[in-house]
Amino acid sequence: MKTGSVALALALAMTSAHAADKVKVGFLSTLSGPGGALGVDIEDGFKLALKSTGNKLGGLPAELVVVDDQQNPDVAKQATDRLLKRDKVDLMTGIVFSNIMLAVGPTIFDAKTFYVSANAGPSQYAGAQCNPYFFNVAWQNDNLHEAVGKHVAEKGFKNVALVAPNYPAGKDALTGFKRYYNGKVADEIYTKLGQLDYAAELAQIRATKPDAVYIFLPGGMGINFIKQYAAAGLAKDVPLFGPGFSADEDVIRAAGDAMNGMYNASQWAHDLPNAENRKFVADFEREYGRLPSLYASQGYDAALLIDAAVRKVKGNLDDKEALRAALASADFKSVRGAFKFNRNHYPVQDYYLRVVEKDAKGRVTNRTVGTIFKDHADAYANECAMK
Amino acid sequence: MSAALAAEQALNGLQLGLMLFLMAAGLTLVLGIMDTINLAHGSLYMTGAYLAAATYAAAGSFLVAVAAAVVGTALIGALLEMTVLRALYRRDHLSQVLATFAIILIANEAIRMTWGPQPLALPTPRALSGPVELLPGFLYPAWRLVLIAAGLGVAVLLFILVTYTRAGMRVRAGASNREMAEVMGVDVKRLFTVVFAIGAALCALAGALLGPLLAVQVGMGESILILAFVVVVIGGIGSIRGAFVGALLVGIVDTAGRALLVPALASIAIYVLMAAVLFWKPQGLFPARG
Amino acid sequence: MKVSLHTPAAGWWWAAVAAMLAAFPTIAANFGQEYYIGLATRMLVFGIAATSLNLLVGYGGMVSFGHAAFFGTGAYAVAALADRGVSAPWITWPLAMALAAMLALAIGAAALRTRGLYFIMITLAFAQMVFYLVVSVKTLGGDDGLSLAARGIGESALFYTALALAVLAACGLRRLANAGFGRALQGVRENEARMEAVGFPVLRIKLAAFTIAGAVAGLSGALLATLNGRAGPGLLDWPQSGQLLVMVILGGVGQRFGGFIGAAVLLAMEEVLSPYWVHWQLVLGIVLLAVVLRAPRGLAGMLARG
Repeated sequence: MKTGSVALALALAMTSAHAADKVKVGFLSTLSGPGGALGVDIEDGFKLALKSTGNKLGGLPAELVVVDDQQNPDVAKQATDRLLKRDKVDLMTGIVFSNIMLAVGPTIFDAKTFYVSANAGPSQYAGAQCNPYFFNVAWQNDNLHEAVGKHVAEKGFKNVALVAPNYPAGKDALTGFKRYYNGKVADEIYTKLGQLDYAAELAQIRATKPDAVYIFLPGGMGINFIKQYAAAGLAKDVPLFGPGFSADEDVIRAAGDAMNGMYNASQWAHDLPNAENRKFVADFEREYGRLPSLYASQGYDAALLIDAAVRKVKGNLDDKEALRAALASADFKSVRGAFKFNRNHYPVQDYYLRVVEKDAKGRVTNRTVGTIFKDHADAYANECAMK
Repeated sequence: MSAALAAEQALNGLQLGLMLFLMAAGLTLVLGIMDTINLAHGSLYMTGAYLAAATYAAAGSFLVAVAAAVVGTALIGALLEMTVLRALYRRDHLSQVLATFAIILIANEAIRMTWGPQPLALPTPRALSGPVELLPGFLYPAWRLVLIAAGLGVAVLLFILVTYTRAGMRVRAGASNREMAEVMGVDVKRLFTVVFAIGAALCALAGALLGPLLAVQVGMGESILILAFVVVVIGGIGSIRGAFVGALLVGIVDTAGRALLVPALASIAIYVLMAAVLFWKPQGLFPARG
Repeated sequence: MKVSLHTPAAGWWWAAVAAMLAAFPTIAANFGQEYYIGLATRMLVFGIAATSLNLLVGYGGMVSFGHAAFFGTGAYAVAALADRGVSAPWITWPLAMALAAMLALAIGAAALRTRGLYFIMITLAFAQMVFYLVVSVKTLGGDDGLSLAARGIGESALFYTALALAVLAACGLRRLANAGFGRALQGVRENEARMEAVGFPVLRIKLAAFTIAGAVAGLSGALLATLNGRAGPGLLDWPQSGQLLVMVILGGVGQRFGGFIGAAVLLAMEEVLSPYWVHWQLVLGIVLLAVVLRAPRGLAGMLARG
């Protein structure tokens, strides 16, 4: 009996020496400035998921360290150093913008800390620079453009005008669109980063007479363009298309009725009929008084993924290989339905077509119209040498 | 480029220019009369847009929203002038830069604490939300026509005020020689408050009118502030006429740049314009102090 | 008020500060707080950048709102060289300085014909031109910026190098300010017309100061790129110019250590406040406003008096 209890005590001591007593997550995101609404959405989604798990991840108490990167890569780098070296977080998440992600990624991976991206999906980490410590529960940046491109091609549009800001991410977005749309391009317009007024570009579009317009104008740029597009009367004759992340609740709230009739593609919509999503949307509305955006859904899923992975390794966060495998197995119920990772740790998932219109309650919001892609993977996975 | 497109772009340049004029007029007066660099000018524009959006959400009438924005921001401007700016008049430009920069930070956070980080909605009045057929086949957004009308109206009003009224004379006197105006009996303290309040009101008008076309969000003032300063420098400090001409130039050059040039060049077109003007006339086109 | 053109030698306590800083990495490592070494390095780097701007603004009376152009150019030079396999700091940093100096010479030659607000706006304009050009070029990474493959120098070594360069900058500023060139520069700040009348080559003096300031800003940019492991377009944008200007004004325009004090205080406030309140910039704004209204010669001026 004595030997047995000694053995039991030894066994317990050995396991508890490996298992952590809590999970510390570093949440670095853009919480201020024009892009702040997106980070706040991801944070709200993440925190809602924590509420549903009793503020636990994988059965262990969760501690969330929230830091604002101010959409500034320099500040983000500083904050990442602080989270890793001083606060010694176990995992990180939250970044909205790809340029910030690329700025802090190497530091995080060198510290052998796992990063679960709830938004930023740069092609660099999908292809040759894929990394075992990087996971993305949202999409690869090109995916939503590809989805709209495919839909536009299938719908028979033959003469499309394209608009994006004049920087590499803008050009990449339109390249992604053209990967699946091979009709004629009426005009490819590149605007100034942060441009406010699009009157000149809209006049140009009107003159070229396209049968559709595709825009990649993140944040305030998109809001401005959409409002002015409607004011110019173009919304009635020429359908407007965009990626889901430029046509979600945050933009709708600012643009309002001007957005009615805009089509967009997304991996998630608040009217997806699965049980997890219904619970998520209802809980979110009750907690925050607004409909969730896809950013919020991604934050929610990120938390659930971490929760499932930590549970799988039984709290043993030091075993990096096991934790990686647990994360890669994605053994959780996503609010978007079926979810699995590709070998570059980006999702393989379905993409839906949504349209912005007034719903039965009189709110301007997205309605799912159809499915564009099933089990769609990103275009860079083949360049990744992992697994 | 077809005639219709050229005409549309010309109207676009005019509209952009007139809105910039609303911003630049107040800025150039403050700079010319009070010799004060006011970086918080953009924050007044933001305040106007937010007040308009909030009032519209509550009252449902665009006219009421604009009125509330203008009056409210003018009051806030006057208050700001009497408390903080008054302490800065005798100081050097750098202290003014730092102080008004601090006000930008405070204003941004105050707005964010009140209304949250999400942009606000300010829709165009329904009747004016579509295009108007000016000539057969030539459509132009109705709301932009309203902006042009408002801009021209304000320009005419300001011109009459400054040239033909006694108050305007005092303003011009203050702009060309503050000390002399003071010695001649102008109540400088009250003049400054009034000038600042008018500048704030103009900003608010621009913010409220542009709200339906632009995102009403925190930090919206900074981007337009730079443009306003470019206009002031091109037009000449202290001159409303200069602000008008400068604004139209910037509006037209920027629009033409975007319509005709490669994107990389179009982004810097107005800076090239400013450099060119300054080389030809180092004090701007119509400096008040000559 | 009698204006003194002489920059006095630092009191003994600046030597004490330098000594404490020299001991800092060892102390920090002892307490397991290595993170703060990186923070301290950042403060030194921005201190050097702000000091270079202080030379222009405080000693030369030229308020430049485009200093970020030189700061960012230095950073991009290091990143671009690293992209081509050259990462040894003793090669890349001088090259970065040279590139920034050339850019400063070009911009200065064009801009220095103007004065006052016009000069401010012209420098802003040129800096924006550099910004928009760089952000549209794919090989420089666009909005994502350029990452360095390897740092090329250890963290503690980088701290000591930055400290040495900071001390050099502070001493250099005093030497320069007290030399003939520096006094002429301050003379130009006080009364340009009179200096011209007496026969000083005013434009050349201003241009020389502008170029030197640009070169030192380029060096600090190179240091930052090495510290962060990347160069991004934000380093060229006007808010960056604004931040440097705020550091100078906060620390004390024309005060010898104004740049360092301003940089340290601003970065410290950001570090201390931002994790605790999402609206921390409100506090920052209030503090800055209080400093402007209560301390006309900046924090350094406050320290000098009290």
